[in-house]
Amino acid sequence: MEGIMSHENDLNLKATELRLGLPGTDEPTSKNNKRAANELVEDSELLKGKSDAKAGDIETAPASKSQIVGWPPVRSYRKNVVQPKKTEAETGNYVKVSMDGAPYLRKIDLKIYKGYQELLKALENMFKLTIGEYSEREGYKGSEYAPAYEDKDGDLMLVGDVPWDMFISTCKRLRIMRGSEATA
Amino acid sequence: MQTDPNPNKSKDSPTNSDSTESTQSPSPFPDDVLGQVLSFLNSDKDRSSVSLVCKDWYNAERWTRTKLFIGNCYSVSPQIVATRFPKITSVTLKGKPRFSDFNLVPQNWGADVHYWLVMFAKVYPFLEELRLKRMKVSDESLELLATAFPGFRALSLMSCDGFSTDGLKAIATHCRNLTELDIQDTDMSDIDDFNGGWLSCFPENFGSLEVLNFASLDSEVNFDALERLVSRCKSLRVLKVNKSIMLDQLQRLLLQAPQLMELGTGSFQQELLPGQFGDLESAFSNCKNLQTLSGLWEVTSIYLPVLYAACASLTFLNLSYAALRSVEFGSLLAHCPNLRRLWVLDTVEDKGLEAVGSSCPLLEELRVFPADPYDQHLHSGVTESGFVAVSRGCSKLHYVLYFCRQMTNAAVATIVQYCPNFTHFRLCIMNPGRPDYLTNEPMDEAFGAVVKTCSKLQRLSVSGLLTDLTFEYIGKYAKNLETLSVAFAGSSDWGMQCVLEGCPKLRKLEIRDCPFGNAALLSGLEKYETMRSLWMSSCNVTITACQQLAREMPRLNVEGQDGMPHLLFSLFDRQDLLLPSLMLWSGTRAVKMAGEKQSELDHSFLLNENMRND
Repeated sequence: MEGIMSHENDLNLKATELRLGLPGTDEPTSKNNKRAANELVEDSELLKGKSDAKAGDIETAPASKSQIVGWPPVRSYRKNVVQPKKTEAETGNYVKVSMDGAPYLRKIDLKIYKGYQELLKALENMFKLTIGEYSEREGYKGSEYAPAYEDKDGDLMLVGDVPWDMFISTCKRLRIMRGSEATA
Repeated sequence: MQTDPNPNKSKDSPTNSDSTESTQSPSPFPDDVLGQVLSFLNSDKDRSSVSLVCKDWYNAERWTRTKLFIGNCYSVSPQIVATRFPKITSVTLKGKPRFSDFNLVPQNWGADVHYWLVMFAKVYPFLEELRLKRMKVSDESLELLATAFPGFRALSLMSCDGFSTDGLKAIATHCRNLTELDIQDTDMSDIDDFNGGWLSCFPENFGSLEVLNFASLDSEVNFDALERLVSRCKSLRVLKVNKSIMLDQLQRLLLQAPQLMELGTGSFQQELLPGQFGDLESAFSNCKNLQTLSGLWEVTSIYLPVLYAACASLTFLNLSYAALRSVEFGSLLAHCPNLRRLWVLDTVEDKGLEAVGSSCPLLEELRVFPADPYDQHLHSGVTESGFVAVSRGCSKLHYVLYFCRQMTNAAVATIVQYCPNFTHFRLCIMNPGRPDYLTNEPMDEAFGAVVKTCSKLQRLSVSGLLTDLTFEYIGKYAKNLETLSVAFAGSSDWGMQCVLEGCPKLRKLEIRDCPFGNAALLSGLEKYETMRSLWMSSCNVTITACQQLAREMPRLNVEGQDGMPHLLFSLFDRQDLLLPSLMLWSGTRAVKMAGEKQSELDHSFLLNENMRND
């Protein structure tokens, strides 16, 4: 058993490890000791000359363009503190939209619309249809489509009856109803 | 007592003077009248000029100087300072080059304050104030500071590192007369914090604090101790707490200190009960003297209104930790008509900046920071139109720091037409080498417009796709420029040469990732002696050229970095290799070596060349 274990140590597992960077350089551990890493540093003459510099200090080409050391010039305490956490204000309010007869559903972000007008326009565009005029008395007239939504309680409601703010906070999914079902 | 009988003595030839020059006897006492007059001088520049007039004035000046300012801690040795200035009570010391803020300077570069403190303890036991920027400050140094200077009053640490709360404990425990403890912009993430109890180390009868800023410390503090401290310090005018302080705690602090002029809040995120909201609101409304407001970590829009009542007298609002959107930002701004300085995150977007333009007619300084600097999503943040909107509404704007992802030459030209008085113009187009996104041309004309129009320009940071033309413009027009920062710009040596030849007041030049090489470097030999420092990294400078530079300019310290700082004259085996980074600065042979050995060489200030004692 022991023989096998010591043999394992000779396998140089590190060599087969997948990582970024040219062979022969170690993954840098501490951010603060990095030297500037960019295209100029790849000059092979330079790498030769650095033979007695610390191995960890030689930086290979950055994994992606955005990983240039020290750029943009923003202080590190700003980067750490200000991770824009996804507050409620920032995440979208995505709801599913189904249309009767359509093979798959769509999704829209209710947050980006300012009111019913915009929402209905967007739905018309998305599904290539016209929805018609809303009236409190008669729902949507002039078209075979009517927009409905499922609210928090699971009930199917007609879009447009409640104030917009209340609508976007209670709407769980949208459904575009068609034909005889659409008329109340 | 030496008197100066000849008031018309020529300023150009100090060696022409009369008996005063020939009397080598070390009579250190200056002329009574001269001394009195000079003691009114506060500005360092004035004092330097005065000291160059003649030996008498040099002596009178050195005996009346109480404030010491050293912009580069390696430009002069502590011994020389101690010999020249016997009466110092206040010291400002700056250490690492600015690019160390962005991880471009090795961790162990130096700038340790300790050997300075050791000298101060011997020569200036009456030291009262110490202000450090980008220096390494160990706990041992803080302990020395706390115990060796009985009259010590004010400590300010900006962008310093190397200490922990143990060092702060020493300060709190021993500095009986402390009026100011100001810790700014410290990246504490590497520092072990052992206890929030350092605040409890202020004695129970201690009440002299006027300034307390621990906003950048990461750790919890003992809130009871803080509250008691605040209630004892009746003269407290600046209080900036850290994120560990919650809203209900903030409210209690405000009750103790309604006289505050500068407030840094803690975290603004706590779920408040309805009663608490009202309490907080009224606590803020009692703060009638508030001029500066900062902190506001994780603030959400529903809590912003508690601030409104305190904003009427605000002149400086720092929202750079608060990811606000344009709507709530605009509402807040409506309550801040007297703003002079505003720092925000680009989450407010162009719409938010339009609100700035319309709500803040007195604005002088604007800084827009990127909330997410590595975000590749090209549509977030602010654009050129936000900047234009601000300039249109804020004619007094003279300081701007603006991070964006797109810009046009036309927009910048418009901006400086609205605001021709820029003294500080720092534009960072975050994608390196990005051209004018509408015309696809370089951004040369943008910066050309800036330097042509803004004759008072002192500081400039350029970005975007830039050819040598930008630097031709700078050299030709920017006659008051003192600080220039360049990254990923220029086409050839010619660009850098233009700047070195054309900008008479240039003091600090920092360059990274530009195609400037040896010819450019060597074109500025005499120039470097008048500058505080030059930094070049990832350019085309080779070791041979730097060796030549060091040989020809013995009064310059030339230092190369490739992981370990060491002086170039030791690199005999490295020829014609690109140097990853280079820093040079003028100074005496106060040569910087590992271990901070002090200079044993000559004893005169570089800048007072003609006052050498030899």
